[in-house]
Amino acid sequence: MTQVSPAQSAEKPAWLDPATKPFIRVEGVTKNFNGFTAVDNVDLEIYQGELFAILGGSGCGKTTLLRILAGFERPTSGRILIDGADMTAVPPYERPVNMMFQSYAVFPHMTVEKNVAYGLKKEGAPKAEIQTRVKEMLELVQLDGFAERKPHQLSGGQRQRVALARALVKRPKVLLLDEPLAALDKKLREHTQFELMNIQDQIGVTFIVVTHDQDEAMTLATRIAVMQAGRFIQCGTPKEIYEYPVNRYVADFFGTINLFEGTVSRVEGEGMEVECGAIDAMVKAKSFETIQPNTRLTIAVRPEKISITKEPPDHNDKSVLKGVVWDLGYHGNLSIYRVKTDSGVIVQVSAQNRIRSAERVLEWDDVVYLSWDVQSSVVLTE
Amino acid sequence: MNRQRSTFLITILCFGYAFLYIPIVMVVIYSFNDSRIVSVWGGFSFRWYLQLLENRQIIEAALLSLRIAFVSATVATALGTLAGLALARMGRFRGRILFTGMIAAPLVMPEVITGLSLLLLFVSLQDLVGWPGGRGAATITIGHITFSMAYVAVIVQSRLMSLDESLQEAAMDLGGRPFRVTLDITLPIIAPALLSGWLLAFTLSLDDLVIASFVSGPGASTLPMWIFSKIRLGVTPDINALATVIITIVSLGVVIAGWLMFRQEKQRQRDVQ
Ligand SMILES: Nc1ncnc2c1ncn2[C@@H]1O[C@H](COP(=O)(O)OP(=O)(O)O)[C@@H](O)[C@H]1O
Ligand SMILES: [Mg+2]
Repeated sequence: MTQVSPAQSAEKPAWLDPATKPFIRVEGVTKNFNGFTAVDNVDLEIYQGELFAILGGSGCGKTTLLRILAGFERPTSGRILIDGADMTAVPPYERPVNMMFQSYAVFPHMTVEKNVAYGLKKEGAPKAEIQTRVKEMLELVQLDGFAERKPHQLSGGQRQRVALARALVKRPKVLLLDEPLAALDKKLREHTQFELMNIQDQIGVTFIVVTHDQDEAMTLATRIAVMQAGRFIQCGTPKEIYEYPVNRYVADFFGTINLFEGTVSRVEGEGMEVECGAIDAMVKAKSFETIQPNTRLTIAVRPEKISITKEPPDHNDKSVLKGVVWDLGYHGNLSIYRVKTDSGVIVQVSAQNRIRSAERVLEWDDVVYLSWDVQSSVVLTE
Repeated sequence: MNRQRSTFLITILCFGYAFLYIPIVMVVIYSFNDSRIVSVWGGFSFRWYLQLLENRQIIEAALLSLRIAFVSATVATALGTLAGLALARMGRFRGRILFTGMIAAPLVMPEVITGLSLLLLFVSLQDLVGWPGGRGAATITIGHITFSMAYVAVIVQSRLMSLDESLQEAAMDLGGRPFRVTLDITLPIIAPALLSGWLLAFTLSLDDLVIASFVSGPGASTLPMWIFSKIRLGVTPDINALATVIITIVSLGVVIAGWLMFRQEKQRQRDVQ
């Protein structure tokens, strides 16, 4: 197909280019259910062709936000704009968006073909056009041989694809997907992830995917919004969120991270030294915000950013810890070390296995030095 | 120990079923009795069935009953479905339990009271607006509609409660307006529940003696009314034959309704997977 999603083809991503207009704007949307705030003052801009993930634990308001976008819930306050038009009060059957439900909601009394054709029939499309578009769509989701089957004769993965085809055949401007892969088993899930990305790439529709699985969000999304208790706490590319989490919750949610609490002892321009009592060490860090001495904060370090050596490192611009190997695990391409510092804290370190050898370089109870760069210390003030 | 208990249980079960079914079996057996005296066995014969066919009164009463049952079941299904849809659609609102309870109240109301209140209603309506002109088939039908509608509404509502709401939302999301969605999605999916509701309403109407007796007029006798008036003069063997015919029809209805509900339950379990 000729259409290419702008978010992926442009030199500069759409959300950084002030010339592109956001396709969907969510302005200060709040939703109350009898006094309980499920969605709390959410602002959001999504650009055409994006694959945007909304990530958060169960019950944090993801589905509610999606249902507001689809038109099933009216926000208590705030506005929804799609392609410049105010959609806040428009009923679901008149919105240019389609939704794929968490339960798939495939019509049990209709064949696969009739399910997919339903939306086009309601549009009043001519019969011949319906037929060709349904056929195309069934090919796209690889269900060509299943047109005459009823939903109960399909597997979970096939039903999921019927739901996808049924929503996509309408050529919506935005497709909303509520935990599209949660009901599939692990193997099928990974396979389907890539299928979804392929399809999205082929037809260039904007996808908004809700998920509680951070790996899924990382793999799929152009950008991720992390949600907690109805609020957006961080929004950015997967890399930004992984490397620059804004608080402990986000840092902990994405992969493993070592957290050290401490007090700022010295500030010098952007740089600072943080005295971390628990590991009994001075940690060097940098922050773009101005931070006053004696502030209490948390330093976060990813396991793969820490180097592990038998000799003390010779550069003195690094943060250094000394400890013994407490536990180690071999994971093919990676070795995971759990190192116990002299003060008794366990620090996790991962290292690439670059050298092919049956013998380990490091063994249990070896004395080791852990060190990392200034840039690798993430400063978390919340 | 286990074995003992199971023989004990089986004995109780046999007693229970015997208590329920021996009277019915007696009626069926004696309907084939050749003797004119009901309690004496005089050999096997179909003569009472043949005699039934020649009795114009019985045939007329049976036809009236069937007609009333058909019309009242159909109207009750339509109205009860609307009521069930409305109750399920309105979502959670204050006093929902009260409304749901109120629709089920006629199910537990003594028939004598339902009959009496309907009679009062018809009489005062006649005084006020001159309708209904007289009591008969029409008033019986209306009476039957009022109480069987409650059964249908309860069946439909409970089916809708277990229906995944996202099916209707998905249809709306695909461009279906709420009314079309009800026709395209909701009604076809709950169709088996509607059919079993109809069958239930039909058998309830065929069955009813009390309400019909209250609201009927001189010209119209339903089958149960006719039988009841005959019994007062003593049981004749042709009534056994008639009873057997009715038992057959009613049990067919019940079996079909039960089978439909069973199939629907299985379908639902499959949908859930
Ligand atoms: N219709 C509703 N009425 C009352 N509370 C609701 C309703 N829908 C959702 N909620 C509440 O809002 C919160 C967020 O729900 P939801 O958006 O479904 O979370 P998620 O999809 O992130 O798991 C939950 O605590 C839920 O109980
Ligand atoms: Mg959800």
